[in-house]
Amino acid sequence: MSQSSTTPATTTLSSSGKVARIYPWQMNRRQKTVLTIGLCLGFFALALLGGRIIGDAGLSTNLPSRNQAPSLAHPFGTDWLGRDMLTRTLHGLSLSLWVGLLAATFSAVIGAALGTIAATIGGWVDTLLTWCIDVFFSLPHLVLLIMIAFAVGGGTTGVIIAVACTHWTGLARIIRAEVLQLRSAPYVQLAAQFGRSPTWIACEHMLPHLVPQFLVGLILLFPHAILHEAGLTFIGIGLSPHLPAIGIILAESMRYLATGYWWLAAMPGAALLIAVKLFDVLGEHVRALIDPKTRQS
Amino acid sequence: MQIASSILRFTARKLLRLLILLGAVAVFSFVLINLSPIDPVNAYIGADMLLISPEQRALIATRWGLDQPMTVRFARWAEQILQGNLGVSIIFNQPVATVIADRFSTSLALMATAWILSGAIGFVLGILAGMREGSLIDRAIRLYAYTLASSPTFWVALLLLIIFSVSLKWAPFCCASPPGLLPDQVTITQRLQHLILPAITLSIVGVANMALHTRQKLIEVLQSEYALFARAQGESIWGLVQNHGIRNVALPAITLQGAALSELFGGAVLAEQVFSYPGLGQATVQAAIRSDVPLLLGIVFFSAIFVFVGNTLADLAYQVIDPRIRIGGGAQ
Repeated sequence: MSQSSTTPATTTLSSSGKVARIYPWQMNRRQKTVLTIGLCLGFFALALLGGRIIGDAGLSTNLPSRNQAPSLAHPFGTDWLGRDMLTRTLHGLSLSLWVGLLAATFSAVIGAALGTIAATIGGWVDTLLTWCIDVFFSLPHLVLLIMIAFAVGGGTTGVIIAVACTHWTGLARIIRAEVLQLRSAPYVQLAAQFGRSPTWIACEHMLPHLVPQFLVGLILLFPHAILHEAGLTFIGIGLSPHLPAIGIILAESMRYLATGYWWLAAMPGAALLIAVKLFDVLGEHVRALIDPKTRQS
Repeated sequence: MQIASSILRFTARKLLRLLILLGAVAVFSFVLINLSPIDPVNAYIGADMLLISPEQRALIATRWGLDQPMTVRFARWAEQILQGNLGVSIIFNQPVATVIADRFSTSLALMATAWILSGAIGFVLGILAGMREGSLIDRAIRLYAYTLASSPTFWVALLLLIIFSVSLKWAPFCCASPPGLLPDQVTITQRLQHLILPAITLSIVGVANMALHTRQKLIEVLQSEYALFARAQGESIWGLVQNHGIRNVALPAITLQGAALSELFGGAVLAEQVFSYPGLGQATVQAAIRSDVPLLLGIVFFSAIFVFVGNTLADLAYQVIDPRIRIGGGAQ
């Protein structure tokens, strides 16, 4: 990292001890990390707005061109009404991502708030929260999701509430542990003895540690939230069947599997997989960039 | 004597934990269902809604005690549950306990196969990857595990269905037995044929977690000082893995395998939906879609016990395998 990439072909010692050449077009690890984050963010911006950009042209029924295998005109093929599967997938992905983003954000805020409260107040509040988290972990996640989504009446709101209410536990644990550790750290106690106000300590000493944890936790929540949203929708408890969500598209494709229209299921699912995978990549790279504790490996 | 009493204490502690847990789950699910906008009378009447007059509705509500406050209703409900009466399933028109037992016996074969396969394969893959960190095989296994970890289970199931049932016609398309046969006419081979695709789905998805954790742990072991010392004495990499690696990696792997039952249950819900496999997972979905509250609550209870059993099994296996924490502590 110390070597500037503007000097051409300087030599430097790499971590393995070998002398490596650095060319101007090569990037160091930090630059690669930043570039990856940028590319991921770009992809998500496109995916989130994808439905708007591509328009509704491909969504209208076009019976003459129905059930076509993937081709240049329709890279993802067409469905039984002649609708372009690429357009449907992009619309679905955009919807799934929005729902996932919303639910994961709610969840992360709940987790961070509860974790902080438990660690700050301590005592029975802390015991109660830790116990609640244990109870949450004692049920299969999907069963819990199904029950909450069912109890609040299903639909888009149902999915968002169910996902938001069940994903906070992990982050709450992390934030709680972090706050507990910070509170007992020597420099925090020293600051308190020097007469710094609790607010000052919270802002100057705690937040710089907590914000990266929260951000990374939030990003790593997205994949779970999106997958669970798609799963709930797929089994029919989530988004309404009239919406073009990925879960709906895959559930519909089940009716046409026996006829051999593989593209109806394969392509939208692959799109979902890539989106989920990219969130993981984004989370790991943001963590590597802003959390000094994790190695960049 | 000492061992017998500590086994007793272990069991008693576990049972107490289970009771407290089930109590919490009961309160939680009861409050949740009660706060929900779903009207139990409407859910019960279903399609006959137009034929029922408001007076009859009120009569049903009184008969069910819906006019009582929530605490009274909870007490009555809990009393029934304690007597082992989980209620009658609306969609199957059978006692909930019967439906669950029936459905679970179908799911059990599927879950057990997937559980064992994913655990064993995941462990072996993790060992292989951890042994040669950074090699081609390690990269391949990691790529596989990370990709599988972020792929939707139901999509994997759909792909397998497309490839092996529709295109290659190697496996049957749906259900747990050929259509049109009575349960006692189905042969073991036919059952296995129908089991194989859902079981493979759950296995290849379940492998990821185990493989990644085992790999991580093995790398830690191989970087330790005792491993270095063994290397210095001329131990081969295989010997190192056999004598030091597997023993140390086995413990966290067992905990993970016990906890995997929770994910497995969720996976089974999705996989059974795709393969129309008439197990407990499919019953869960139907109960939720068709507002069968007694069945749904029964399944919630059952799944809590199921997950608890998984974790307890892991605890028990620890006692057997790890000499440091053997029950009774008298391993000399």
